[in-house]
Amino acid sequence: MNIIPLTPLDLFLASILVIALAALSWALRLGVGRQLMIAALRTTVQLLLVGLVLKSLFANAHLAWLGLASLVMLLMAGREVMVRQKRRFRGWWGFGLGTLSMFVSSFSVTILALTVVINNQPWYLPQYAIPLLGMLLGNTMNGISLGLDQLTRNAWEQRDVIEQRLLLGGSWSEVIADIRREAMRVGLVPIINAMAAAGIVSLPGMMTGQILAGTPPVVAVNYQILIMFLIAAGTGFGTLVSVSLGARRLFDKRHRLCLERLS
Amino acid sequence: MKTGISVPVFLRVCCSRRGCRIQYPDEEDSARGTTLNRLCVERLVTRHVGPVDLVVESARCVSLSGPSGSGKTLLLRAIADLDPHQGTIWLDERPCDSYAAPEWRRRVGLLPAESRWWYERVGEHMGALEPDWLEQLGFTEQVLEWEVRHCSTGERQRLALLRLLANRPRALLLDEPTASLDPDNVRRMETLLEKYRVQHDAAVLWVSHDPEQTRRVATRDLELHDGCLLERGR
Repeated sequence: MNIIPLTPLDLFLASILVIALAALSWALRLGVGRQLMIAALRTTVQLLLVGLVLKSLFANAHLAWLGLASLVMLLMAGREVMVRQKRRFRGWWGFGLGTLSMFVSSFSVTILALTVVINNQPWYLPQYAIPLLGMLLGNTMNGISLGLDQLTRNAWEQRDVIEQRLLLGGSWSEVIADIRREAMRVGLVPIINAMAAAGIVSLPGMMTGQILAGTPPVVAVNYQILIMFLIAAGTGFGTLVSVSLGARRLFDKRHRLCLERLS
Repeated sequence: MKTGISVPVFLRVCCSRRGCRIQYPDEEDSARGTTLNRLCVERLVTRHVGPVDLVVESARCVSLSGPSGSGKTLLLRAIADLDPHQGTIWLDERPCDSYAAPEWRRRVGLLPAESRWWYERVGEHMGALEPDWLEQLGFTEQVLEWEVRHCSTGERQRLALLRLLANRPRALLLDEPTASLDPDNVRRMETLLEKYRVQHDAAVLWVSHDPEQTRRVATRDLELHDGCLLERGR
């Protein structure tokens, strides 16, 4: 089975739907028509550019180029985690906390999958490495930003209770334990839900893409299961690391709650 | 913090009920000459407050007053090491830094003006209470089963004191501990604190706006003005 390439005309036909939606939302004064058009334009330009980048990256399978691409992806994901926080850590911590956690979890899980499970020659073959890392970063980013947001928001709201418990002689890890546990749980819920609903409610995007591209369904399914497990591990470990570090950062060495470290 | 209901506590509460006559020892006859539990504050500077020098001798009570906004609460928070500060605080000739922070706060217990509760029931918050404490504040052991959200402000204020005393602090920092109590309960609380102070040789720093009360409970009065401590004559 061959892939049917899409022509610019095909894409233009699909874009008419978006333009129609924008016109309708304008008529209804939803105030998102402009945003919708900009987002549609961004998706076109960004994906075309990334297509070009991937094309040249695939042509030159070199570890250095792959490293550079991964670094850019990581930094963009780190920025995204930061801007999603209502109360983020001030200074370098705001950016560094999420980025470090994603680096630790996504990169190690991706490398593990590439070297041990998929086992290509060379192991960093960009056709596998980039999509894997992209999917892992995207999902880990969600878990980490949800978890950190929950942590800092609850610490802010419950600061009086936290200080009361400190006053009664609780250590920082005792008094933040409930909030920390809840934040970790919140970060893990989306991937648990995604795994539970996969195949019944939703057909995961990667599997759908592979099937459209002509891969036999069973092969696509196996890949999807692998990805789900990797995402669960990456998101889980990333969330645990970031929430733990964040909880520690909320207190100084004399076990005082330092909310001035949040913006 | 421990989770779960601390059942053994109220089993211990219901036994003895010695009535106790509290004598109010005055400055002269309680010259113990001991440094045990002596709270000593040296050149303390914290937000809007200081530098402050202050000594509360073992088993003595010093009152602290001052207009609102003068920094009384901030001073107490700094002494409990809950706010960053400069200067040194000593308990029993040992500087604050030589204690782990949670250990320090168990020994130098701060009772905030407004208490916070996080479990559902009162008893879940309580450590080891003395058998007669509940009764002295007008409760029965039944109170440990109460839901916190059904307690009045005054009840919470009295229970918060018991929760703090369960740590057996060696120094007490009390931020208007009787502010929302009726006269009977004010008296009960004063009596219990007096008894605790004498029994445990505790140093007490008591923030109060009521001159009658400071005369009753303290042997020395201090006033905080624009972040500076002044001795007040009686």
